[in-house]
Amino acid sequence: MSWWQRLWRRKQLEEQLEKELRFHIEQHAADLIAQGHDPEEARRQARLALGGPEQVKEMCRDARGTRWVEDLWHDLRYALRTLAKNPGFTAVALLTLTLGIGVTTVMFTVINGVLLKPLPYMQPEKLVAVHSQTDTWNTAVYGEQNVAYPDFLDCQRESHSLEMGGMLFNGATLSSPGEPEYLDLREVTSELFSVLRVPLFRGRAFLSEEDRAGGALVAILGYSFWQRHFDGNPSVIGTSVVVDGRVHTVVGIAPASFRPGDQEPDVLTPIGQDIAAYLHNRQAHPVTVFARLRPGATLAQAQSELGLIGQRLAKQYADTNKGRSLTAKPLRPEVGDVRSTLWLLLGAVTLVMLIACANVASLLLARAVSREREFAVRVVLGAGRSRLIRQCLTESAVLGLSGGVLGVVLAAVGIGPFVKFWPGSLPRAAEVQLDWRVLLFAIGVSLFSGFLFGLAPALRAPARHLEQTLRAGARTVVGSSRRLHGVFVAAEIALAIVLLVAAGILGRTLLRVSSLDPGVNIHNLLITRVALSPSTLADPAKIRVAWQDILDGGQRVPGVESIAAVDTVPMREGNNQLGYWTSADVPPQNQLPFALATSVTPDYLKVMGIPLREGRFFNVEDRIGRSPVIVIDDVLAHQVFGGQEAVGKRLWIPDMGTGPYQVVGVVGHVRHWGLASDDQALVRAQLYYPFGQVEDGLLRRWSELMSITVRTGVAPLSVVEPLRRELRGTAGDQVLYEVRTMEQLASGSLGTQHFLLLLFGIFAGLALLLACVGIYGVLAYLVSRRVPEIGVRMALGATPRDVMQLVLRESMEMIFAGAGVGAIAAAVAARLLARWVAGVRSAEPWTFALMVCVLVAAALFASFLPARRASRLDPNSALRQE
Amino acid sequence: MTAEKSDLPQGTLDLLILKVAALGPVHGYAIAQRLQQVTRDVVQVPQGSLYPALHRLENRGLLEADWKESETGREAKFYRLTRKGRAQLETEAASWRRLAEAVGLILRMSEGGAE
Repeated sequence: MSWWQRLWRRKQLEEQLEKELRFHIEQHAADLIAQGHDPEEARRQARLALGGPEQVKEMCRDARGTRWVEDLWHDLRYALRTLAKNPGFTAVALLTLTLGIGVTTVMFTVINGVLLKPLPYMQPEKLVAVHSQTDTWNTAVYGEQNVAYPDFLDCQRESHSLEMGGMLFNGATLSSPGEPEYLDLREVTSELFSVLRVPLFRGRAFLSEEDRAGGALVAILGYSFWQRHFDGNPSVIGTSVVVDGRVHTVVGIAPASFRPGDQEPDVLTPIGQDIAAYLHNRQAHPVTVFARLRPGATLAQAQSELGLIGQRLAKQYADTNKGRSLTAKPLRPEVGDVRSTLWLLLGAVTLVMLIACANVASLLLARAVSREREFAVRVVLGAGRSRLIRQCLTESAVLGLSGGVLGVVLAAVGIGPFVKFWPGSLPRAAEVQLDWRVLLFAIGVSLFSGFLFGLAPALRAPARHLEQTLRAGARTVVGSSRRLHGVFVAAEIALAIVLLVAAGILGRTLLRVSSLDPGVNIHNLLITRVALSPSTLADPAKIRVAWQDILDGGQRVPGVESIAAVDTVPMREGNNQLGYWTSADVPPQNQLPFALATSVTPDYLKVMGIPLREGRFFNVEDRIGRSPVIVIDDVLAHQVFGGQEAVGKRLWIPDMGTGPYQVVGVVGHVRHWGLASDDQALVRAQLYYPFGQVEDGLLRRWSELMSITVRTGVAPLSVVEPLRRELRGTAGDQVLYEVRTMEQLASGSLGTQHFLLLLFGIFAGLALLLACVGIYGVLAYLVSRRVPEIGVRMALGATPRDVMQLVLRESMEMIFAGAGVGAIAAAVAARLLARWVAGVRSAEPWTFALMVCVLVAAALFASFLPARRASRLDPNSALRQE
Repeated sequence: MTAEKSDLPQGTLDLLILKVAALGPVHGYAIAQRLQQVTRDVVQVPQGSLYPALHRLENRGLLEADWKESETGREAKFYRLTRKGRAQLETEAASWRRLAEAVGLILRMSEGGAE
């Protein structure tokens, strides 16, 4: 009979055991009778010889090896019965645990989706990112460098260990069918879908003969764009769309999960058809490469192979590829800087969880103390110590798991709103879902917390001083449990202080940075990107005219006071960091100091409200052909020229042109990186150069980047529609996109801080509430245990005031011990915050003190209620309880 | 109980049960009887531990049990050695013999022999 059969056929086994032993005894007795014993005596002797049928049965049951399951089943049923008998206790404990496990699970779900899950492609461990590298490239400032398209084609052809696909970020205007719209365009190689092993949602991927110059013009639509622009109509396949003025045939629709580089494209076209000069120049490196190891190939093989190809290219194309190498490393999801925010939040919820555990532990402890007599009886009846501990832990595990189930439900409901409230957009948001990892985590947390809060009460269980306990009946004097209760309360207070101080510091930080001068006048300022009509883009002269028309046309719109064009806007994504030098003797690029370069039209200063400190700003005379000029901000002026006069000096900026560039003015610093982050930014210095002096060859690329900034006399969003109509252009396909007000950008730059403050505020509130409930519960319990003692004291002459002091003194000890430990922990937490959250200063003594006071006050209030109840006891009835 | 009776050495009960069962299907009471007779009351066979040992051996697959009619006409649980049990019996018996011989050799050493 197998173990399982033994477990399930328990009843049958019991019957057989009974029968077997009875047979033994009766046979023995029969033999004894045959030897001449008295029947009664014979049966007695037979039973004695066997040694107590019940004990033998127990030993036989042990031999089955199924004992622990049966015990567990008993314990489970017993635990459920006891929990059901104390609905009040069970409700409070479950609520606490549900909250704790719920918020922890929500945080873990996000961390799992964003940081831990592998990429959502088949065999993600085989995917490889390929970058190119030179010694002079400044990776700290620019990040890793992508690959030149011709280099990519060579690698793709020559590599035996990798299959490779490439992608180029771009933008384009869709002018038909429907309303003209600016698109997020990806130009991809025909192999990209097969490298990533992504099947198309509808239709087919690009063919290799379409992925070359002169191939048939085809397009694939992104899922969301297809839903938005074509209402998800599947018959769109085979019809034509006009992208950048050229008619493309739709051949497929990408699945919704297709988000290479964590962004869903609107439209994809084959990269090989793009004849732009920069794409075919080995000096530009725009192609993002996704590669997959072929079966049997290793990463090391791919690396050495790419190394060889890189060396060959460096020799063959010395003028462009000298010193350039190709690298391969495992492809990882790009998540930017959310990592620190997520870990901070996980830390915060862990504190909440620990407080919840401490709370439930003290509740359980209170119960364990009042159950001491029950346990003592059980020990007397033969229960072993380990058996009792096991039973206690089973009870807390039941509690923990029930809390876990409810917590997972809470997390399932809460995860959607949480992701939605994330400031900006949460990377990999689509992958934030409950999955088996989350469930495993929730089960782990539930069991661990059950163990955590169940351990202290369980270890008390095997009552020492048995007879004392039994004799004392229900009114044991709670000596050691009082200390243990004190520890729990102090721990709750300490944890709550950490959260409160963190929330306080974040609030203080927000107040401080919100009042900082952004460097521009953010009110009544509209920012929008403009996509020029595709028909103008081929001719630099037409582009210049188109921009001038936009500025002139915008100026005519009622409510517009002034208007300017600019490439990178403060506090918005995007910047152009360039190295500069003060002499013609320019060192390699990775040794240069950097500044944020911005190209603008002359009215920019006036529109933005940036103060002019020295010299002049640009005018219409600063155009191509005139000597190149720049304006710098006071940060750059201070960095480079110290206190000296900056106007008239010259700078060399190798990436902008041969120069040199003459400084004609100094303006105020603008907080480009956002109100909070700018102070810590790696590159803060700024320089401006006239859009009119951007070279013809770069104009097309620049036009894709330019925005207009509009100073209005009315509410800025009210001019959007008139502006849109005015700027539509003669062909009607010039579109505004990414419309924002400067106020939105400024508050968006504090999004992380706002979000963290909100969550820390909620967590701190929860912690405060839980801690107060904990203190209240513990004191109420301790007071109720001491009713007889208080009765004696009052009978002996103690006044209600004395009694109150007695109780309050006890709670003060716990509170101040907790506050002391908490203050130290909070100081550490403040340092972490300062390191991970832009704008936070760790030294905020007033906030610190205020938050500690808030907590101590709340805790004292919570202990005041039980103290007052104790002071109002009627000594007569109190004594009668004795 | 007489003073000459000694307790079974640890682990030998299993060996003895297997040996008795090897002689043919037998029920628990008969095993107890047989052990008592064979050891001529020299060894104390604790009847209380007989049944747990039988059940343990059954669960380990060394014994098999059937309910059959006994010599007195009542249904009893008869234990019989399995193939696995026989192999186990042989190895254990062999090792027991080796141990007994070794202990015997040591005990037979003449007191003066060491000099």
